[in-house]
Amino acid sequence: MAGSSNSTPPGTKAASQQGFVYLPLIVGWLVPGAGHFLLRKWGRGILLALAIFSMFALGIAMQGEVYSSAHDILEMLGMVGDLGSGLLYIVSRVLGLGVESAQVTTADYGTRFIVVAGLLNVIAAVDAHNLRTGRKPL
Amino acid sequence: MFSPSHFTAVLLFALCASVVFGITMRETPRRMLRYGIYCFVLFVGSVIVLSWGMYLIAR
Repeated sequence: MAGSSNSTPPGTKAASQQGFVYLPLIVGWLVPGAGHFLLRKWGRGILLALAIFSMFALGIAMQGEVYSSAHDILEMLGMVGDLGSGLLYIVSRVLGLGVESAQVTTADYGTRFIVVAGLLNVIAAVDAHNLRTGRKPL
Repeated sequence: MFSPSHFTAVLLFALCASVVFGITMRETPRRMLRYGIYCFVLFVGSVIVLSWGMYLIAR
């Protein structure tokens, strides 16, 4: 047909399904906000990265616990939450950040901050995946 | 060691969580901002209401 083009307009579902669709999900999980950076959503990516990095750093600064073992169900759930932070969790384990067990009230808050930072990062990574697949408009 | 007061910890938690909720749960920047503010107010408001409730129960 005259006037038609083979190139797919950006932002359409067909365009968003080209390539490896799980890349923003994986990159977004490993580095907070990076999934949105891949999709050139700079503003959203910076805000997400700031919020998640800040929450994780505040948790560490409050001497929160970074779960390293899963002896009971609560520790297991905490570790799953921590793992949501991706590389932040791995780096904090390698550097020995956080404490073995929370001793004071603010340290207990810090532990929750670290867990919730991981959970929020999972939400952000899934959002990047939804943008990539076209489930959420770009 | 960073030792915020309980209320400061609530404000920091609410701020970070509201930013993520606002961006991920809505589609346009204006609606993101409104939803983020809504979440922040709900977080902080519910903490204040529950705190007063526990204070009155404990008396």
